Amino acid sequence: MINPLPRWVDYGLMPLINVAVAFLISGLVVMFVGENPFQAAYLLVKGAFGNGYNLGYTLFYATTFIFTGLAVAVAFHGGLFNIGGEGQAYIGGLGVGLVCLSMDSILPWWLTFPLAVIGAALFGAAWAFIPAILQAKRGSHIVITTIMFNFIASAVMVYVLTGPLQKSASLGPRSRDFAEGGQIPKLDWLFGPLGLDMGSSPLNIVFLLALVVSFLVWVLIWRTKFGFELRTMGTSPRAAAYAGMPQARIIIITMMISGALAGMMALNPVMGDQARLQLEFPEGAGFVGIAVALMGRSHPAGIIPAAILFGALYQGGAELAFDMPNITRDMIVMIQGLVILFAGALENMFRPALSRLFAPPLTQGEAT
Amino acid sequence: MDTLIQLLDLTVRSAVPLLLACLAGLYSERSGIVDIGLEGKMLGGAFAAGAAAAVTGSMWLGVGAGVMVSVSLALIHGFASITNRGNQIVSGVAINFIAAGLSALLGNSWFNQGGRTPQLTAEQRFTPIDLPLADTLSSIPVLGPIYAELISGHNLIAYVAFIMVPVTWWVLFRTRFGLRLRAVGENPAAVDTAGISVAWARYRAVICCGILCGLAGTYLSIGLSAGFVKDMTAGRGFIALAALIFAKWRPVAAMWACLLFGFLSAVEIRYQGAPLPIIDVVLPVQLMQALPYILTVILLAGFIGKAIPPKAGGVPYSKER
Repeated sequence: MINPLPRWVDYGLMPLINVAVAFLISGLVVMFVGENPFQAAYLLVKGAFGNGYNLGYTLFYATTFIFTGLAVAVAFHGGLFNIGGEGQAYIGGLGVGLVCLSMDSILPWWLTFPLAVIGAALFGAAWAFIPAILQAKRGSHIVITTIMFNFIASAVMVYVLTGPLQKSASLGPRSRDFAEGGQIPKLDWLFGPLGLDMGSSPLNIVFLLALVVSFLVWVLIWRTKFGFELRTMGTSPRAAAYAGMPQARIIIITMMISGALAGMMALNPVMGDQARLQLEFPEGAGFVGIAVALMGRSHPAGIIPAAILFGALYQGGAELAFDMPNITRDMIVMIQGLVILFAGALENMFRPALSRLFAPPLTQGEAT
Repeated sequence: MDTLIQLLDLTVRSAVPLLLACLAGLYSERSGIVDIGLEGKMLGGAFAAGAAAAVTGSMWLGVGAGVMVSVSLALIHGFASITNRGNQIVSGVAINFIAAGLSALLGNSWFNQGGRTPQLTAEQRFTPIDLPLADTLSSIPVLGPIYAELISGHNLIAYVAFIMVPVTWWVLFRTRFGLRLRAVGENPAAVDTAGISVAWARYRAVICCGILCGLAGTYLSIGLSAGFVKDMTAGRGFIALAALIFAKWRPVAAMWACLLFGFLSAVEIRYQGAPLPIIDVVLPVQLMQALPYILTVILLAGFIGKAIPPKAGGVPYSKER
């Protein structure tokens, strides 16, 4: 039995150490391909935060990752691993697309937007519903079914975008552009007074929605009866069953909330940036959510900074690739993998050492 | 007849990497280590094999490098999930990303071809082997073409893959190593009580998994094609995982599952947008692509028999203190 660590070590220091190790290894890889890691880090930070335009992009990516991070985190609390965020986001995009394509020339954006939010959440939740009900009622392993559903989602979207929703064969697999009613405002008005010129960066009001949703997720998990049941099931399914909590129902609702959160991610690129439905818009964000949730310790207060860090990596990494052609954006995929490895799978590697340093010595009676 | 044999030949070609990866997963999962990092290990192996063969000009060094890299990735997974008792799913996801990022990054910076490795010549890769008498016998009706086209004419790794099916069966069900491997996957505490190291048995299983994934990757980059291409595994690791579940973690069934999924992919390649014979309908390509996954979900749901995974799968083993 390892002594419990003080909270600031468990939730603050340990994730920092884990991420630091991941970056250290990335630095070695940068050296290995013959570039200066400090120069690379400088360019990356500058590319992510250097000016309003860069910051706008960083927060734009962060918005996406907040949603997918929350999606993974909600499922984690219930002891479920939703690896299907990518597919749920993709199908969520179909929900956004259908709302926009049917309403954009009839309604103004402020009426289309709430409908699109509902569409995204519903479609994402529906895509999570099948794996959830199979887990709850038939015991099929949710990790495997959600992986399969990612691939099925991708096939569905290719079918839809090369068939029913395609505008014309010459333009490739994408829908028509949304009219004005299907486009949402950028955030110039919010950051402009602060002296930041966001330029043409796609940061939009979905960012604010992400912050509101983060707060709602906190309320859901720590301030509601359902959240209590959810966390009980995650910590000890047997205790939950003994207390008479309806497990099948909790699994299904949790997964549908998770899917809805992942689906809402689609609002950001589809409505906020591209203003049309096209292939591959989630760009792996569903998987970034895993890294974000692990790093943020599945708490909204941790997920938001973790999402901003990954937003910075995506944006800074793109700028870095311009200056150092040897370091492509694939570097970020690797860093993401290292963060998942050290903050997730190897999270206990440093625990014994930290516990020797910080944990209060237990008295005889407490040590069991 | 010719069309059918071509289709089956294509089936075998598509099935080989699936089969190797699927058997790889079989070793790992039977020992209680869930592995969704098959994809990453295959990709890492494919890149290492392609790069080493291009630089040294030797396909044998290519295989060596491919297997070595894949085993290293497998050991990282083992270190995380056996020694550190971390979450095996998380570790597998991490391996997939590290391999995807690193192979593309290094490929781009070493060879400057957008993540590709240089084209290999025929001597630097595994080329089809003609089995003895293939030409002479091909004139015999029915059996001749089957022997000459379908059975003969694959590369060495393909034959190794099919030989590995009985070998794996024998190792798992007829050797002491296999008994212990399956035992740590079902009831590690019992194995521990018998005085056998659970960790060591699992590490060996994970290494077997690494070797086979490395071969699967090697087959892709220096067997089927003449070099590595970014993300060339294209989800095959996950199809192999699906096949493993479909086969209910049994070696011979794994071969049939991989051949079935290989056949689906062969049909997809052969009849893109063209009407299928006999039923005469055009199926959307995407349906064929999604079919392995849909079938696996239906199986998992318990509508075609029941797939019961090894009992201790995914659960880190810790001695009671």
